[in-house]
Amino acid sequence: MTLTLDQVRRIAHLARIEIDASEADAVHAKLESIFEMINRLQAVDTQGVVPMSHAQDVSLPMREDAVSETDRRADYQRVAPAVEDGLYLVPRVVE
Amino acid sequence: MSDGTLAALSRRLAAREISSVELVAETLDRIDAHQKALNAFVTVDRDGALAQAKAADAARAKGAAGPLAGIPIAHKDVLMTAGLPTTCGSRMLADFVAPYDAHVVEGLKRAGTVLVGKTNMDEFAMGSSNETSYFGPVRNPWDLDRVPGGSSGGSAAAVAARLVPAATGTDTGGSIRQPASLTGICGLKPTYGVASRYGLIAFASSLDTPGPFAQTAEDCALMMNAMAGHDPRDSTSLDRPVEDYTRRLSRSKGARPLEGLRVGLPREYFGKGNDTEVAAAVQAAVAEFVDLGARTVEVGLPAVDLSVPVYYGIAPAAASSNLSRFDGVRYGHRAARYDDLNDMYRKTRAEGFGAEVKRRILVGTYVLSHGYYDAYYVKAQQVRRLIADDYARAWRECDILVGPTAPSPAFRFGDKTDDPVQMYLNDIYTIAANLTGAPAISIPCGFTRAGLPIGLQIQGDYFSEAAILDVAHRYQQATDWHARVPRIAAAE
Repeated sequence: MTLTLDQVRRIAHLARIEIDASEADAVHAKLESIFEMINRLQAVDTQGVVPMSHAQDVSLPMREDAVSETDRRADYQRVAPAVEDGLYLVPRVVE
Repeated sequence: MSDGTLAALSRRLAAREISSVELVAETLDRIDAHQKALNAFVTVDRDGALAQAKAADAARAKGAAGPLAGIPIAHKDVLMTAGLPTTCGSRMLADFVAPYDAHVVEGLKRAGTVLVGKTNMDEFAMGSSNETSYFGPVRNPWDLDRVPGGSSGGSAAAVAARLVPAATGTDTGGSIRQPASLTGICGLKPTYGVASRYGLIAFASSLDTPGPFAQTAEDCALMMNAMAGHDPRDSTSLDRPVEDYTRRLSRSKGARPLEGLRVGLPREYFGKGNDTEVAAAVQAAVAEFVDLGARTVEVGLPAVDLSVPVYYGIAPAAASSNLSRFDGVRYGHRAARYDDLNDMYRKTRAEGFGAEVKRRILVGTYVLSHGYYDAYYVKAQQVRRLIADDYARAWRECDILVGPTAPSPAFRFGDKTDDPVQMYLNDIYTIAANLTGAPAISIPCGFTRAGLPIGLQIQGDYFSEAAILDVAHRYQQATDWHARVPRIAAAE
């Protein structure tokens, strides 16, 4: 499984990270070497092995469905790049 | 005065030989004096620290002070600290001021510690050398031309240079233990779920673990008493009885305190990949354990050799998801120019993240993408299970596992920056404990001829922190590697 330059452009698009043409080849080469290392896993027989998604086999705890958060909108919006009237501002997406 | 161990400083504060205000003032001066050479701190909060020190002295005067009251500490800049910058070593959060405290920050505050500042780190905790920080690399106090390890390199350097007696770190693949090893101090990664991740800016959620750095195992135990505990705000925080991590340390055990202890030596940790001086120092530490009454048993952890590829099949996937929140909308950097919303995301993230962070996001995006999920992500989780099974078998034959923390001592700046895979392999011995979730500590066990520290890793089964700390403590009572101080810290 080798990674093509087109695939690198595709995942950069999915990850919403701009990669300009001048750096694409270098990024591609480093990702290829990383995947070459990860590909060592392909040689391991894992037939029937249950994937381990977490350090502990415990189920997630449940809690009462009660309000626990206080209103801290002003605090949280103080660190936002652009807000107005309590709303986050982003470029227009619907004309 | 301020270069003592946490326990020693605590005794002097309790005896009123010193005040917290005096101690903290001296600490702040030492930090200033070494900042240019070490770059260990991103933020120093002089006024806040002195106010906290005054409050700690007042609490002590009223007789309402625990062992940590008035002790200056530093937090890794991945942990949220209300009202103080929390940068994660990234341009993305260079101007971010945390609106609340992380759980471990709250715990240490409640214990009366004085927060003097936030320590430098690899960007978003991704790195093994501290060279990926937006704020420039931290330098190793033992040799300023060498890395301190990473990602918690600032905390490690600050403790090694005796700027603070203790500091917090976080460990996702070795980010506490490897820098502890490279700077000659102690660093503990507790069992996953023992210390809450609330307020820890997420990298890989099933692996991220907060833990302490200090000069001694005893000091790590004192820190753990304030860092551990159930927290409903982290759904993976474990609800278990409160432990006193120091409880085994004061028991008198005579000349053979490790009598009966079965020390497992994993064959995979003693192969050809180790630097010869590292191998020799670890062998000498094993011999010391035997002198103290332990017996050794060789064990096999065959799947552990795959821990680096497993990690890079899992951690970047988690990172690509966790770091999607940095989009220039709610917090952090936003690009100055863009055409539309998607362009804003792309440029914001291209500018805000450094090369290593972007690399890992791209790896993770690919691993999770349609058609590759089973081949990479699920496969890695299956081999993760095989590694955990190896450990479960080993625990039938031994009580602790011992080996080097890192295959080599501190390397020079630039040595591994062009080859990410070589950098990743520095964590070959530490990653497994993150994958299984079990605790492990790195303690100093010797020096190279060039004067670079060497770390010994002690791993235990789940929830064996107190036992691991006890073993480390007995070793430290018989040896003095942990008491060695780098020249730049001693020359005052």
